[in-house]
Amino acid sequence: MSRRRETLLTLPSLAWMLVFFAIPAGLVVAMAFRPSDLRGGAGEGWTLETLRTVARADYLPVVWRTVWMSAATTALCVTIALPVAFHLVRVAELWRRMLLLLIIVPFLTNFIIRVFAWKSLLHPEGLLTQALVRGGVVAEDALLLNNAGAVLLVLVYTHLPFAILPLYAAAEKFEMPLLDAARDLGAGPLRALAGVWLPGVRRGIVSACIMVFVCTLGQYVIPQFVGGPQDEMLGNKITQRAFGDRNLPHASALAACLLMAVLVPMLLTALWRRARGKEAVS
Amino acid sequence: MRRSVFPALVTLLVLVFLLSPLAVLVVNSFNASRFGGQWEGFTWQWYERLREADEVWAALVVTLKIAALSSVTAMVLGTLAAYALHRHRSWLQTAHGALVTVPLVMPDLLMGMSLLAFFVSTGVELGMTTIWIAHVTFCVSFVAMVVLGRLQDFDFTLLDAARDLGAPPWEAARRVLVPLLLPGILAGGLLAFTLSIDDYVITFFVSGPGTTTLPLRVASMMKGRNLPMINALSTLMIAGTFLLAALAFRLQRGRA
Repeated sequence: MSRRRETLLTLPSLAWMLVFFAIPAGLVVAMAFRPSDLRGGAGEGWTLETLRTVARADYLPVVWRTVWMSAATTALCVTIALPVAFHLVRVAELWRRMLLLLIIVPFLTNFIIRVFAWKSLLHPEGLLTQALVRGGVVAEDALLLNNAGAVLLVLVYTHLPFAILPLYAAAEKFEMPLLDAARDLGAGPLRALAGVWLPGVRRGIVSACIMVFVCTLGQYVIPQFVGGPQDEMLGNKITQRAFGDRNLPHASALAACLLMAVLVPMLLTALWRRARGKEAVS
Repeated sequence: MRRSVFPALVTLLVLVFLLSPLAVLVVNSFNASRFGGQWEGFTWQWYERLREADEVWAALVVTLKIAALSSVTAMVLGTLAAYALHRHRSWLQTAHGALVTVPLVMPDLLMGMSLLAFFVSTGVELGMTTIWIAHVTFCVSFVAMVVLGRLQDFDFTLLDAARDLGAPPWEAARRVLVPLLLPGILAGGLLAFTLSIDDYVITFFVSGPGTTTLPLRVASMMKGRNLPMINALSTLMIAGTFLLAALAFRLQRGRA
């Protein structure tokens, strides 16, 4: 009876996610082994040709840039988010709620609008460029748009809340009196932070890193709108192969690589957590 | 311990960094200057042009239809999923739980690409239906998480009490469980609604030539010449999202 009820309750969402999430994800990997088809689909039979074309096409610089951009975004986001998380748990409840709300506001704003907001700020006639030119920070004809710096800036902008929220959640669980204890035992403020607080919020740091890193790996909209052709990431190549050339197997092969790049760090963290969990028990 | 002002300062700068681009956008929607480099006087002209842009309103209608359909579907599926995950512990639920939570950390690009591959392979024509399916797929997880949070506070002895008083299981669920969970379910639905309206990446992959949602329209306008009109449209969209968010916030706080 209970067994049947469980099955009935589980079936709708399980079936939906199986058909529209798990199977398509597997399909992308399978399609990488299909020949391409001129009509924009996948051909019959199995082949390694698609993978060979991908290997030949020399994606290495793009892969390298994608990883580098994601790593830089992650490092910047976490570094900025750490003091914010520290501050959030120190302030009074009412303030904290308000600050959290303000941090979530950009999150609630349409992603494409946020990208547009930066595009118009960085535009040669835009407010930021004009202000910097007037302030004498940059030259009259400086181009703030269409370069790697602009891509990195907007990547950090859109992913910062992803770093702040998990770090705040971890910082909230940290026992702040431990810091006072470290100080009483003679540690300087920085040493107390580095030796007690940082290890205390380690879990939050790992979650924040994974969140930001994984999300940036799959980015293509930001490089497309605020970057130049030399700033393209793997995601741009995937959309170009899928829509520009209508070569679905080629796009799938690239997406399968990206999928692996996403799954590997997640699996590693899961294993690391499990190992740590066992350590804590024994 | 003497409090350092450094964290407070960073927080302040972060807030300025996060909010000022949006503030500039809103202010510039009333700015007569085309690029918003400086203030050239107050104007409604961008809003007036927006009112005449029929393709934007057509996109809005499509977006709202899809958001309404997807959020209702995701609400039903997500609530069932959360209930099953909360009440049962088995290998089935482990698999179920993984299927419901992994989409939360899956980059949008991969989800869009895999659904595109799926629809092309199965020969489904891209359009409203495929967008609906895609939106339900990423919304279910969010609804399930919100409802799960709510279930953790739910006192299941209330259900036993209803059963002891003679209510059949279905009746007990309908008259006790659903009303108490309703704020959570609705909050999840509203979240799904906003996520559906906001989505650009996944929709880009699974939309057909004839169906354009608002974010897709904004993206194509960004390549054109009507940039100030996007400021006006963005301001209206931000206002709309805020209303929805405030509503969701109220629902979640209004504990029965």
